[in-house]
Amino acid sequence: MSEGEMAALKEEVEEKKKVIATLRNQPWRMKKRLVVLKEAQEFVEKFEGALGKGKGRKLYAYKVMMTKILMGLPYGSIPRKTVPREEQETAMDYSVLFDFGGYCKYSFLFYGYYNNEPTIGVLKFRLPLSYLLVGVGIFGYSLMVVIRTMARNANEGGDGGEEGDFTFSWKMFTSWDYLIGNPETADNKYASITTSFKESIVDEQENQKDENIHLRRFLRVLANFLIVSCLGGSGYLIYFVVKRSQEFANMKKDNLSWFEKNEVEFVMSLLGLVCPPLFETIAELEDYHPRIALKWQLGRIFALFLGNLYTFLFALFDEVTAKLESEKVIKNSTEWVLNQYYSNYSSFYNTTDVPPPAVHPSDVIRGPCWETGVGIEFVKLIVSDIQVTYLTILIGDFVRAVIVRFLNYCWCWDLEAGFPSYGEFDISGNVLGLIFNQGMIWMGAFYAPGLVGLNVLRLLSSMYYQCWAVMCCNVPHERVFKASRSNNFYMGLLLLVLFLSLLPVVYTIMTLSPSFDCGPFSGQEKMYDVIMETIEKDLPAFIGNLFSYATNPGLILPAVLLMVLALYYLNAVSKAYQQANTDLKKKMQMARDEEKNRRNNKDSTNQVMKDLEDLLPNKSLIPPPTEEEPPPPDVVIEKGSKSPKMKPGAAAKGVNLQKDVSLAAPNPRAPVTRAPGPRKGPPGNARGPQPGPGRGRGRGGPPRH
Amino acid sequence: MGNKQTTFTDEQLEAYQDCTFFTRKEVLRLHGRYRELAPHLVPLDFTNNPDIKVPLTLIVTMPELKENPFRDRIVETFSEDGHGNLSFNDFVDMFSALCETSPRELKTIYAFKIYDFNRDNFICKEDLRKTLNKLTKGELTPEEVTLVCDKAVEEADLDGDSKLSFSDFENMISKAPDFLSNFHIRI
Repeated sequence: MSEGEMAALKEEVEEKKKVIATLRNQPWRMKKRLVVLKEAQEFVEKFEGALGKGKGRKLYAYKVMMTKILMGLPYGSIPRKTVPREEQETAMDYSVLFDFGGYCKYSFLFYGYYNNEPTIGVLKFRLPLSYLLVGVGIFGYSLMVVIRTMARNANEGGDGGEEGDFTFSWKMFTSWDYLIGNPETADNKYASITTSFKESIVDEQENQKDENIHLRRFLRVLANFLIVSCLGGSGYLIYFVVKRSQEFANMKKDNLSWFEKNEVEFVMSLLGLVCPPLFETIAELEDYHPRIALKWQLGRIFALFLGNLYTFLFALFDEVTAKLESEKVIKNSTEWVLNQYYSNYSSFYNTTDVPPPAVHPSDVIRGPCWETGVGIEFVKLIVSDIQVTYLTILIGDFVRAVIVRFLNYCWCWDLEAGFPSYGEFDISGNVLGLIFNQGMIWMGAFYAPGLVGLNVLRLLSSMYYQCWAVMCCNVPHERVFKASRSNNFYMGLLLLVLFLSLLPVVYTIMTLSPSFDCGPFSGQEKMYDVIMETIEKDLPAFIGNLFSYATNPGLILPAVLLMVLALYYLNAVSKAYQQANTDLKKKMQMARDEEKNRRNNKDSTNQVMKDLEDLLPNKSLIPPPTEEEPPPPDVVIEKGSKSPKMKPGAAAKGVNLQKDVSLAAPNPRAPVTRAPGPRKGPPGNARGPQPGPGRGRGRGGPPRH
Repeated sequence: MGNKQTTFTDEQLEAYQDCTFFTRKEVLRLHGRYRELAPHLVPLDFTNNPDIKVPLTLIVTMPELKENPFRDRIVETFSEDGHGNLSFNDFVDMFSALCETSPRELKTIYAFKIYDFNRDNFICKEDLRKTLNKLTKGELTPEEVTLVCDKAVEEADLDGDSKLSFSDFENMISKAPDFLSNFHIRI
C-alpha cells in the first residue's frame, strides 16, 4: 500500500471511530444506530489491523497514570492542612468548656477548670500566634469562597434580570418536571403551573390598568415611614434591655428570675419573630409586583437584624470597657497584696529568697475576662436563637397543622382552606436565618472557638428536624417565583454580613487591649503584638526589615492608588462590553422584525425605515405596475438598508410572488433603466415612465428606436 | 466478568453500550423493566432479536411516565409505527434520549417532536393549544388559552409564519434555564 493510500485509509478509520463515538448523540432510531454501528465496527476492524494497533493501549496507560497522579495530590495535602487546626482545638478545649460551662452554671467559674492559656501557648506550639492567624484566616477564606461563588453564578445566568424574552414559551415547554412520579406532586405541579400562567396573563394585561399614581405614592411613603419607625423602636428596645442587663449583672445572681437573666436574648429573638410578619402586613399597602415586594421584605428584615445586632454590639462594648476598668482596679489591688506578702515574708523569715505564695488556683484573684464575657454573650445568643427556631417550627407548623387537621371536623369554617390552613415553607426567611446565623458565628468565633463546633451540631440537627417538619406539616407554595434566578441576591447579602461581622472583630483586635490574666494574648499591649514578637524574635532579620518596609505609608499609598485605578479601568471595560451586548441584541431584533415584516407583506413598522422610504425619490411618479412577470431572480437591490423587499430567496418560500411584486414599492430606478440612448433626443421623457419590462435592470437592453 | 445472564449476547450488550448512554448493567435492568410490563409477551431470551412490541397502554403505566401529561406523545414519538408500540430497541432509545447524560441538542430535537402533535414538523397554534390544555388540565378559559398561545408564537417565531419551526424552537429553548433539568427522566 502506498503512503497516500495509507493516509487516506487512516483518515477513514478515524472518521468511522468518530461516528461510533458520537452514535449516542444522533437522533436516529435504534435500529439504524445498530446497523451503522455494525458497519463502522467491521470497517475499523478490517483496516486497523493493517495499520497496526497498540496506539490505543499507550493512550490508555497514560490515562491511568494521570488519574493516579491527580489523585495523589489532594490526598497528600489534606492531612497537612488539618493538623494545626486540631491541635489548636484541643488546646482550646478548656476555654470551650469554660465558656459554655459559664453559661450553664456560673459555679463553673470557681472550679479552676480554667486553664491558663499563655503558659501552654509558650511551651507547646505557638498557640497565640496560631489563634490569631486562624481567626483572621477564617475571614479571608470565607471571603474568597463567597466571592468565587458569586462570580460563578454571575457567569451562569445573570441576576434575575433578563426574563422577559420568552416568558410564555418557556412556561409552556420547560415548566413540567419530567421526574415527577407521585400523583400528589403532579397535582401540585399542575396547580402551580396554572397559577404561574394566570400571573403572567395578569402581568400582560396590567399595562392597560388605570392607576392612581398619587395615592400609590402616598401609601408607599406611609408604609416606609411606619417600617422605619418600627426599626427604630426595636433598636431602642434592645439598647434599653441591654442596659438593664448590666444593672442586673451588678446585683446578686440569685435574686434574678430566669427571664431577667436571659432578657436580652429573649427580646432579640422575639423581635426577630414578630417584626417580619408585621412588615409583610404593612407592605400590603404598597402594592408591588410579588418579586419586588419580596426583595423589599428581605431588605427590611435584613435591616432589622442588622440594627438589632449592632445595637447589641454597642451595648456590649460598654460592658467591655467597664470590665477593662475593673480589671485595672483588680490588678492594682493584686500587686499591692503581693508586695505585702513579699515584704512580710522577707521580714518574718529574714531571707530574700521568697517562694511564690502557695495559693490554690481557684482562690487566685482573677480579673474579669472581657473576651470570655463577650464569648458567653454570643453563645447565649446563638443558643436562644436555636431554641426560638425550634419552638417556632414546633408551634407554628406542627401544632398548627395538628389543630387544623383535627379541629376541622367541628369548626364552622373550613380551617384548611380559610384562615390558619397549613403553613408554607418560608424559603427566603429560612435562608436569611441561615445567613444571620453565619454572621453571628463569624463574629463570635474569635472569642468562643467552640461556637463553631456548636453551630455544626446545630445545623445538622436542624436539617433533619426541618426536613421532617416540611414533609409532615407544610404545603407547597402557590406562587413559584424566586427573589433572583441565580442565588446571587443571597450571596450578596452573605458578603455584606461577612464584612459587617468582620468589622467588630478587627476593631477589637486593633484597639482594645487583651485581658491581663486570661486568653492567649494576656500580657500584651495589643493582640497583634504577637505577630510583631514572632517577627522580631523568631524569623530571620531581613524578614523583619521587609515587613517594616512593606508597612511604610510611602509604599502603601501608591499600592492603594494603583488598585483604585485598576478598579476604574475594569469597570469601564465591563460597561463597554455591556453596551456592545445591547447593541448586538438590538441588531438581532431589528433583523428579526424585518424578516417578519417581509414575510407578512407589511410595510416596515420601524419608524426610521418608514422615514427613509418616504424620502426615496419619485415614489409618486411610478404608475401601478402590471403583473406580467415576476422580477428576474437575481435583482440586485442597491438601496442600502431597505434590503428585504425583493430578495431572491422569496421565490423559494412559495408565497404569492405576484402579490409581493405589486404591493412592494417598485424599484425607483425603473425610470432610468434604459441606457442612455443615441443622442436623438432626451431619452425617456417623450415616452413617459417605462412600464413592465422596464423594471429591473435593463434586462432587455436599451430599446432600439 | 462472571456474567451468567443469557438475555443478550456480549456483542449485543456492547452494541447497546455504544448506541445509548447506558452501561451493560443498566441495559439488563431496562430489559427487566420492559419484561415486567408484559411478561407473557416479552421473552427472556433476546439473543436472536425477537420482534416484540409492547403496546402504548402498557408502557404508560410505568411509574416514570404515569403522571406525565405528555406520556402518550413521548411514547408515540419513540415508536417506529407512530402509534406507541415500542420494541425493546425503541424502549431503550427513549430512556437513553431522556436520561441525564443526554446532550442538550438531542433533547431539543426530541422535545420538538414530542410537542408537535400533528407531526408536520411545525409546532402550530393547535399544537400549542393542546400542550397548554394538557399542562393546565383545562383550568384556563379559552380566551386565556388563545392569549397564551398567541404570545408564545409572538415570542419565539422568527420567520413570521405564525408557527414554530425547529430552528425557532431551538433558538428559544437554548436560552431556557430550566430545560435540561426538567426534561429528564430517570430510570
